[in-house]
Amino acid sequence: MSAKKLSYRISNFFAALRVGFFLAVRQVRRSSLWMNILVIAIMTLTFLNLVVVSGVLVGLIQGAVRAVQEHYIGEIFITNLKDKPYIERSTNIISFAESLPSVRVVAPRYVEGGVAQSNYKKAKKSGELREEAGTLISGIDPIAEDEATGLSSLLIEGSYLEPDDFDQVLVGALLLRQYLEFDSAAFPALEDVGVGSKIRVTVAGNTREVIVKGIIKSKVDELDRRIFFPEKQFRSMIGRNDFNVDEIAIRLEPETDQVAIKNAFLAQGFGDYARIQTQTEAEPKFLQDIKKTFNLLGSMISSIGVFVAAITIFIIFFINAITRRKFIGILKGIGINPLAIECAYVLQALFYVFFGTLIGSVIVFGFLEPYISAHPINFPFSDGILVVPLGSTILRIAILLVVTLVAGFLPAKIITRQNTVDAILNR
Amino acid sequence: MIKAEQIIKSFKSGDTRVTILRGISFEVRKGEFVSIIGRSGSGKTTLLYQLGLLDRPTSGKIFIDSFDVTSLTEQERTAMRLSEFGYVFQDYALVPELSAIENVMAPLLMQGMSRHEAKTKAVQALHRVGLPSRVNNLPNQLSGGEQQRVSIARAIAHNPKILFADEPTANLDHETSLAILDAFHELHRAGQTIVMVTHELDYAEQTDRIVTLFDGQVTEDKRLTTNN
Repeated sequence: MSAKKLSYRISNFFAALRVGFFLAVRQVRRSSLWMNILVIAIMTLTFLNLVVVSGVLVGLIQGAVRAVQEHYIGEIFITNLKDKPYIERSTNIISFAESLPSVRVVAPRYVEGGVAQSNYKKAKKSGELREEAGTLISGIDPIAEDEATGLSSLLIEGSYLEPDDFDQVLVGALLLRQYLEFDSAAFPALEDVGVGSKIRVTVAGNTREVIVKGIIKSKVDELDRRIFFPEKQFRSMIGRNDFNVDEIAIRLEPETDQVAIKNAFLAQGFGDYARIQTQTEAEPKFLQDIKKTFNLLGSMISSIGVFVAAITIFIIFFINAITRRKFIGILKGIGINPLAIECAYVLQALFYVFFGTLIGSVIVFGFLEPYISAHPINFPFSDGILVVPLGSTILRIAILLVVTLVAGFLPAKIITRQNTVDAILNR
Repeated sequence: MIKAEQIIKSFKSGDTRVTILRGISFEVRKGEFVSIIGRSGSGKTTLLYQLGLLDRPTSGKIFIDSFDVTSLTEQERTAMRLSEFGYVFQDYALVPELSAIENVMAPLLMQGMSRHEAKTKAVQALHRVGLPSRVNNLPNQLSGGEQQRVSIARAIAHNPKILFADEPTANLDHETSLAILDAFHELHRAGQTIVMVTHELDYAEQTDRIVTLFDGQVTEDKRLTTNN
């Protein structure tokens, strides 16, 4: 190609871009206001469909994860090694944790398997089984626990434990029939138990008749199927005089590097006596699996959303191009380069996708995300939040942009490729 | 200036082939004002589209200034339409979202002119066709006559070698038609080559030459005035 021809082509290309912009601006500015609103509304809804549907899906699980982290494991979660009955050298570990400046609060827990019984004073008919439920029973420092996990905020009935309470317990709602939304042999529950009721708790061979002081409900199964004693009484019930505990939930100051804290524990050799995990490592495996599954589902739904968006946008621009076929023919007829016409459509598409995603982003980040975060969606097993990470949202915007540009370009290309006279005569 | 040799144009309509132009040959000289007349369906507009490179003939050749343009690529034909030709369509064919002046400016911008230069030329062209005011109005705010003037201004703004007009007075009342015709005569007097399709014999008789088509063939080629 000669230099002259190349220079002509380049100048023609830029002239086409300029005319494309000239046409696009006027087509948008002078087309019907309602048409513009409609197209931008469709783009906004398409954006919301891409971001919110998968965001809620992931947020459904993220809500459950957040609840587990917030109300159960904290930022660092220490448990016993598999071959040990409890965390050895617990007092050393707790003292070390409390000495770290970035540690906000330490909540040690004693945990033992036990059995709870209700209505045990009623005469049973022959063959009738006792009302009892096997469960985990925890001994907690009510003040530290509340500071660490906000346990008192999970009370739905009654009142919270005091450190010196005796024969008084908190009961998880999933142990009580009236709060169990299903009836299954796998989930034995106590009948007619409420605040003030007496239940019998057997742990480590000791049986105590205790009063239900409060009922907690959290959507964290580990808590909702537990009974909580103040640690003093519980320690004596299980005969744990060495102060070795079974779980330690540690809350850190905001922005603290969890891995660094974990490494600090390991550097002290505590890894030989306990399993030390960061928040992410301590997430229950089923939640991690569901999270991966829902991420995949979210991506699949988003892909379908992108596909539907592409078709919708294509139809909008195709109808627009078809109805303007005659004028596209005339523009070609008077010598306007088809590239300028295609460019005009692509720029219009760009305009609509820009404002659609802008409004969509304002709705998501300015309203939906903070609102749902403050008022989570009440799903049966989690308080669902809206998860919209900036990175993946930008990726989705980029995908939507590319899809829109292609969907805006193709109809214009189809029309500009038609015979000029056929387009002018609308035949 | 423009020469057609044995132009044949046929379309496929269903299973049959319809021939519109049957071997038309004729020549338009520089500065000539030629009108093509004929009954409806005689092939006038089809011939104009072939001459104006809007369509490709099935066979035959077209020469512009002795240069064979029949085998030009679509891109080259578009470029030639932009720089060498001007078109006035029957129904004005203005882009509805562009104001009068913007309609005239669009092809000028495509030629690479600056916005200022294009605007100046557009204003001049609109003055030449007698539409100095209402240049910022949209087509739907203009009368039929005014729209056709804008269309003519768009066609002549870049000083084309040949101006093609397809029944430019078809949708206008008599008075407006005469005014439009006057605009053509004014351009012609300034040296513009014009090829106009019309079904009005009265208007055709005011041009230099009348080419009569019947059933896709030239049946008469009558020169009314001498043209050098």
